[in-house]
Amino acid sequence: MAMQFYASPEQIMRDRSELARKGIARGRSAVVLSYSDGVLFVAENISSALHKVSEIYDRIGFAAVGRYNEFEALRRAGVRMADLNGLSYDRRDVTGRALANAYAQNLGSIFTEQSKPFEVEMCVAEVGATPEDDEIYRLTYDGSVNDEPGRMAMGGQAEAITGVLRNKHRSDMSLAEAMAVAVEALGSVGGEGGAPRTIAANQLEVAVLDRRRVGRTFRRITGAALTALLDGGSAPAAEAPTEEPKQPSTGAEKPTVSAASADLEDKSGESASE
Amino acid sequence: MAAGFDPSGRLPDVFTNARTSSFTEFLRIAAPELLPGRRPLPPGMAADLAPHATTIVAISAAGGVVMAGDRRATMGNLIAQRDIEKVHPADAYSLVGIAGTAGIGIELMRLFQVELEHYEKMEGTMLSLDGKANRLASMIRGNLGAAMQGLAVIPLFAGYDLAATDPQRAGRIFSFDVTGGPYEETGYDAIGSGSLFAKSALKKRFRAGLSVDDAVRLAVEALYDAADDDTATGGPDLTRRIYPVVMTATAEGTHRLTDAETAAVAEAVVSGRMENPGG
Repeated sequence: MAMQFYASPEQIMRDRSELARKGIARGRSAVVLSYSDGVLFVAENISSALHKVSEIYDRIGFAAVGRYNEFEALRRAGVRMADLNGLSYDRRDVTGRALANAYAQNLGSIFTEQSKPFEVEMCVAEVGATPEDDEIYRLTYDGSVNDEPGRMAMGGQAEAITGVLRNKHRSDMSLAEAMAVAVEALGSVGGEGGAPRTIAANQLEVAVLDRRRVGRTFRRITGAALTALLDGGSAPAAEAPTEEPKQPSTGAEKPTVSAASADLEDKSGESASE
Repeated sequence: MAAGFDPSGRLPDVFTNARTSSFTEFLRIAAPELLPGRRPLPPGMAADLAPHATTIVAISAAGGVVMAGDRRATMGNLIAQRDIEKVHPADAYSLVGIAGTAGIGIELMRLFQVELEHYEKMEGTMLSLDGKANRLASMIRGNLGAAMQGLAVIPLFAGYDLAATDPQRAGRIFSFDVTGGPYEETGYDAIGSGSLFAKSALKKRFRAGLSVDDAVRLAVEALYDAADDDTATGGPDLTRRIYPVVMTATAEGTHRLTDAETAAVAEAVVSGRMENPGG
């Protein structure tokens, strides 16, 4: 009979934690902060297609660092849960706390039952009527949940980033001030010889939950609005921080009827004869 | 949570692994009891069991589309509700109006709203206007069994097509029947018990390239004509200050006219009819 090597449960958990921590620390960081008019999400992300920050529901946003495929599956589950509860009860009955609880249960059971834990660290934030009412939850790979005091950082070197946030962040900041603090905090680590980095607009993924809006409060800030916001320009950012979701193009290259339909055949016939 | 109980605390597999961005497809696996049209019904006609919602009109205008609905729900010869709202935004750029069995209609409309929002959140991009109309058609088709027993729901769908090359013609209207659809309509359309009269009125008065304001007036006129000849359609109720719901979808998104705005339009229509009852 093959000899089973004994490993203590403590050792197994330690190994899993180490694996998850290393995976998370490899990635770039993200910060979440309350400001006077909402909750700001800023993530370092060079991809504009694979999001680290997303909308879950009317007043709930999601940010994550770590392995994309793992937190993307959790994000999709969160959207499904929120929409299912919102349909069966009412839109007001979907809360960030319930979502954070479900995520924590899920992460916790994966951590103890699976041989490989999820290498993710996530934030579920719900915007309230005032900055004091905002709820920001940190969820870690082992299923623990922390209620954060209006600000949090996650990812590699999160402690150093949190230190900067703790010194500079106030909940009554404007969006431009909060953005400046967030970028300064993210840039405070990872520079050559400990020097602060400057992070360009195209390396940032920025979104807000705007507490002044009714209904869906989540808006991405991209392009010119983001550049203006980084330059400290408050006016255009306050007025137009919005990006509506894109519609897929339906031009000639994307027919909306079957390719075998009569008018398309006619058109292709014309162009061939010309 | 609707789907199963797992003592380990893990989310049911369907939440994390369903290979779909459609909310109705997800419901079919996770909570089929929430889908309308999947409930077994006892045999027999059920048409008089529940209130019916009546007339909706939609008119495409320059740079958008207008949809308006009267406020009456009927149950046989009775008025079930005087101020029901049958025109709703489906998402940021489209509108849906419901005629037929009110309860199923409201349920279908809520589900359709979640369906569009769900896809948008999952994929980070909106469905095309044609995609939205097709989605709604398949949801109507799902209700075919109930429709054959008298619990039919027919929606009217209209929206601003962001992919249209000519913004003047971006307002588009789709109609449906109990077997699905969609059928794209040119210019205008109406559904519900008073639709015959509303469409007759629109046929004489509609001109391509109307301004949005003119289309709003025209929609209220058409509802007045429907209420004039159909007992199940309610006209502007000046004594209770209940006026039609009027919504627009333009490049700026959907917008519901305020009560004061619709009151002004409805009062102008009524005072016009004081002089010429036929309009």
